[in-house]
Amino acid sequence: MRERSGTRAALASALALVLLATACSGAGEVGDSAEVDLDVAPGVTDDSVIIGSHQPLTGPAAPGYLAVSQGAAAVFDYVNAQGGVNGREIDYRVEDDKYDPSETIDVTRQLVIEDEIFAMVGGLGTPTHSGVLDYLNEEGVPDVFPSSGALAWNNTEEHPLTYGWQTDYTKEAKIQGEYIVENFPDQNVGYLFQNDDIGEDSQAGLDQYLSDEVVTRQHYESDVPDLSSQMAEMEDSGAEVIVCSCIPAFVALAMLEAAGMGYEPQWVVSSIGGDTATLQALLAEFTDGTDAEDVPADAFLDGALITSYMPRVEDEDDDWGQFFLSVYDEYGDGGAPTNTHVFGMTQAVMFAQVLKSAGEDLTRQSLIDALETQEWQGPGFTPFSSSDGDHGGHEGVYVVQYKAGGTIEMVQEARVTDREGGPIEEVDFERLSPEDLPFHD
Amino acid sequence: MTSPTTEREERSTTSGAGAEPPRTPRTSRWGSLPLPARHLLLAALGLAAVTGLLFATGDLTALRIAAIGYTMLAIAGLQLLVGGSGQVSLGHGAFMMIGAYTMALLILHQPMLPLAANLGIIVVVSIVAGVAVGAATARLHGPYLAGATLILAVGLPGLTHRYHEVFGGSNGLNIRTAGAPPFLDGLLSTSEWRALVVWTTVVIGLAVLATISAGRLGRRMRALRDDETAAAMAGIPVGKTKVVAFVIASTAGGLAGGLQAYVLGTVTPSSFTLVLSLTLLAALVLGGIGSLWGALWASVAIVYLEIWARDLARAMDMSRNAENNLPVVFFGIVLILILRFWPLGVHGALQSLRARLRARSSSS
Repeated sequence: MRERSGTRAALASALALVLLATACSGAGEVGDSAEVDLDVAPGVTDDSVIIGSHQPLTGPAAPGYLAVSQGAAAVFDYVNAQGGVNGREIDYRVEDDKYDPSETIDVTRQLVIEDEIFAMVGGLGTPTHSGVLDYLNEEGVPDVFPSSGALAWNNTEEHPLTYGWQTDYTKEAKIQGEYIVENFPDQNVGYLFQNDDIGEDSQAGLDQYLSDEVVTRQHYESDVPDLSSQMAEMEDSGAEVIVCSCIPAFVALAMLEAAGMGYEPQWVVSSIGGDTATLQALLAEFTDGTDAEDVPADAFLDGALITSYMPRVEDEDDDWGQFFLSVYDEYGDGGAPTNTHVFGMTQAVMFAQVLKSAGEDLTRQSLIDALETQEWQGPGFTPFSSSDGDHGGHEGVYVVQYKAGGTIEMVQEARVTDREGGPIEEVDFERLSPEDLPFHD
Repeated sequence: MTSPTTEREERSTTSGAGAEPPRTPRTSRWGSLPLPARHLLLAALGLAAVTGLLFATGDLTALRIAAIGYTMLAIAGLQLLVGGSGQVSLGHGAFMMIGAYTMALLILHQPMLPLAANLGIIVVVSIVAGVAVGAATARLHGPYLAGATLILAVGLPGLTHRYHEVFGGSNGLNIRTAGAPPFLDGLLSTSEWRALVVWTTVVIGLAVLATISAGRLGRRMRALRDDETAAAMAGIPVGKTKVVAFVIASTAGGLAGGLQAYVLGTVTPSSFTLVLSLTLLAALVLGGIGSLWGALWASVAIVYLEIWARDLARAMDMSRNAENNLPVVFFGIVLILILRFWPLGVHGALQSLRARLRARSSSS
């Protein structure tokens, strides 16, 4: 007994010594990672393909974002009911990461190693997805359409397998800035933004057009649900237009706070906070039991300008908006779909489309080739880049104005731009209808 | 926090870190070895067991084994503080956060420093933080101490927003660390290598904790826990011992956080909320508050209970909503059941089982 544990101990301590000795090179000095093999097709059989996603299904972020994966799942169910893509059913596996990056790392490995997913589709969140960006690229897992507008996804040098999707915050802010200068000349502008990359990147865009008009910059922290001092500052500074680069909960809070003070600025809301159905629900919830209980939620939203790049459920004339309503009606989890559902549904349609283009003989390489050569024609309203070293996703936004009663009016057609100082251009973009766009068999 | 089984506990705390309890009778040469040497040998044994486990399992398990490792170190520190000296800390997660951010900042700004040096610096930083907090709270008892440490758990994540440029705000910091050294290519994957690095640090840390707990300092802490006045009259420096206990616990927490940052490659304030501190404490009670072994069961519970619950929900084909929320409910129910039937936690249950088996074999 003593002898044996002695040798074992000796072995183990030798190992410990090796560990120590090798731990003497710099911990942060990382060599170039080896080339990954893309001519493989894990998770793919003749009649199915497994894809995965990390989403907040429980926890504080779940109420806002649960709808994304519900929407995507409904579209994939619809696609499967039509016979799948190239004869393969899509097996969409969603893991709950609670919007906690350490959980994201665990569930992503589980998806890659245990579930053997073919690709990661629509992983949600900037802090969460940042943690698995390197891992997915090192493992050779195509990282398609992360659900966030961070600039980090569009870096083909370091993350060649990551393809951004959302119009990034800077592009969107530039177009907002130009719209305000053209339509509200010489008015005072206030910025309200979330104090992370959303705020930083948005200001970089807004400042290119509004540096003379801006009178105040107010930020909030996503875990402090109070905007009273920020909105008081806004009113004091005389801001007539407020650009809100905020998530829905804080758009609703800001509108309520302003209404409480009798302050009526022109609201310009980014796509991330511009889902009116979600906003109405939030406004109704926040006013419940207060003096403003009887005020319809619509009244707060009336006249708000919203930028977006996706189809919208309020849009009765749009084929895709109506198509998504009917798909969700049949394959959804019940209830009416919001524009957050549409976010996931648009992603799902575009992924299915790439899968279709990748052909019968599906490998990770053929998927990447399809992404690089895809000619995108919707459902989004703007051109989409996924080739030639630009993985930026949607290239711009259009502007709509919300009217009480649930209608929207297109006030500026889609325009595109870059994330640097380039010009903003009008585009002539043709979208295909749901019947003509090939995304299922 | 008083435990009725002091004698039994004495024995179990000396058994320290290894994955297997020592079976050698006290009269052999094992018993004549000095305590630190015994703990180091056990630590080496534990490391060997983990290495074996790593070779037998895959990459995903390696990540989880590493998670068990650093969680165990954090909980072991908490065990010494709560179970040993009777002080309740609700802010243990904050010390993990200090360690994690120290590691991330070191790797970002001083990439040439070796990992061992980083861990050394983390120990120093944690000691300083522990002294600062411990000295301020040494006069507080029971709920007041818990309240004071609560401030830490709630307030510290806010600092990352206040100093956005340094700590990266709510998006946190992302780091890349070197993987397995070149000569181990093909033998160990990066995850397995990281798990080994973590466990090497953890078993050394546990050996130190076990040695402290079994020595004079540990005896003083237990005296304090059982009766502060009596301890003071016996000549034990009350304030000093309390602060030292707090510092040791915070160092273990800081080191654990540093290892977590090293394994995960990302640190964000949302990983170090009050929920983490409360989970650590709840898991410690579940594992067994009276012994370092409790820390092992506690960390296994933290890492695996949720995964098992998720698999269970899938196997039962539950609705989406039920499946999403089952893990939380499952943890709660297991905690309640264990405390109802085995107030000393999993470790207490195992010990009473062993005692019963022994009684049966000696009577037959």
